[in-house]
Amino acid sequence: MLTLATVSSAAATDWAGQLKTALTSAKTLFANFFEWFGEFSIFCGRLVRAAFVPPFEFREFARQLDELGSKSLPLVAFAGAATGVVLSLETRDSLLRFGAKSLLPAVIVFSIIKESGPIITALVVSGRVAAGIGAELGAMRVTEQIDAMEASAVNPYKFLVATRVFACVLMLPLLTLAADFCGILMGWVANTMTDAVSLRLFLNDGFQAVTFNDFLPSTFKTLVFGLIIGSVACFQGMRTQGGTQGVERAAASSVVLSSLFVILADVLLVRLILVLFP
Amino acid sequence: MTAVAMDTVARVNERAEPPICVKDLHKSFGDQIVLNGIDLEVAQGEILAILGRSGTGKSVLLKLIIGLQKPDSGSVRIHGQEISNLPLEQLNQIRKKIGFSFQYSALYDSLTVEENVAFSLERHTKMSATERNERVRKLLADVGMEKDLEKMPGEISGGMQKRVGLARALAFEPDILLFDEPTAGLDPITAGEIGELILELQKDSKRASIVVTHDLHGARTVSDRLALMDHGNILIQGTFEDLQKSRDKFVAQFLSGS
Repeated sequence: MLTLATVSSAAATDWAGQLKTALTSAKTLFANFFEWFGEFSIFCGRLVRAAFVPPFEFREFARQLDELGSKSLPLVAFAGAATGVVLSLETRDSLLRFGAKSLLPAVIVFSIIKESGPIITALVVSGRVAAGIGAELGAMRVTEQIDAMEASAVNPYKFLVATRVFACVLMLPLLTLAADFCGILMGWVANTMTDAVSLRLFLNDGFQAVTFNDFLPSTFKTLVFGLIIGSVACFQGMRTQGGTQGVERAAASSVVLSSLFVILADVLLVRLILVLFP
Repeated sequence: MTAVAMDTVARVNERAEPPICVKDLHKSFGDQIVLNGIDLEVAQGEILAILGRSGTGKSVLLKLIIGLQKPDSGSVRIHGQEISNLPLEQLNQIRKKIGFSFQYSALYDSLTVEENVAFSLERHTKMSATERNERVRKLLADVGMEKDLEKMPGEISGGMQKRVGLARALAFEPDILLFDEPTAGLDPITAGEIGELILELQKDSKRASIVVTHDLHGARTVSDRLALMDHGNILIQGTFEDLQKSRDKFVAQFLSGS
């Protein structure tokens, strides 16, 4: 009896201990969550001040356009093309079952320009560019290069952050156009393999019902994706601490957080676009 | 106070105070006390070497002097002007008078040697490209690096990186120079060369310099005065002979190296 009571009391103590640990962890997580947003807001304030007050770093901005934009083009084009092929193969089968095979070009064009193109581009860029920015700025932080910049009275937000963020903002819509183009083209190629149709006819059918309201908002929402990818990756890079492990954490968290925020922003923006452009 | 009045006060203080004046400086990171009431002054034309074991706050002290970190309390005055709570724009004006040579050189690794030295000149002066190039080449020639203008930092040795870092620190002809471990990680011969270079740059100059180092021999060679730090405090300041005369156990242990 006594043994049973002792075991029961020990179990209760253990349970209370676990609950206390869980509560402490939850509290820390909660505090870290708000701390992150607080620091990110301060970072955005500095970014805005650096971005809109002259002098501007045009040369570095051009270098970043090439580094983040042009060098992402092959990957984005490949991802867009693959999406077009997959869409064509998968949708064709479904449409055949409903006797709506003639709608295939329109389905491919609509899904690529309205959603697949922008989100695939954003996620691919998020993987390539955010990791690169996070790692580069993180390495600069731990090797004191950012301190050196500040010590020589140069604002690192102007030279490092604003240039990268605005390069991401400008390049995302352009890369999206490239992904859309490759997706539609390869959608036609995949379709033609099984059912020969001319490109002109495919495009005519595909774009017949497309209006600017379908095309422009979904392409320009990638400006927001670019802003998210650039600012989150720069923020994670600039706050890096702790040597090479810190750089690795900065690169990984840049990709995870920017992808997460892009997906969340997409949900909100799609709803907003449907309201504003019915 | 108006800007003119502030400038006048700063000028009056400039005449009265040494270029670097640190008083009762405290800095902690979380529970860890790094600096615990540091007092030091460095006069015009003087080189002060700060010695101490790793983790005693020597590098943090340098970063507080150039305003890269904020102290918890205490005062850092550069040419008579308090910099601890200065707005960034004004702090940047002060920073232009200070050259900082970093422990691992901290060269911008996406820029060439020449671009590294030209970086701040491009942004803070109205020099033409030709004038700037001439200035950069002269600075690099002064540190013996005039043949490696187009090389990237990753393509040159640690000693050469230190030289380029030094040339970059001298870009604005600063009247204060801060060296963070200028000979760390270098072989004795290269370390000696860097020491000679520091002395050469100081010759006939009114520059106030602080050299943070572990290297007792190097510190003795380049400096006019030494300060020994331990646990966030300066234990003793003076010439090498003053340190030798000290009866403090830690000072004796540090000097004997055992």
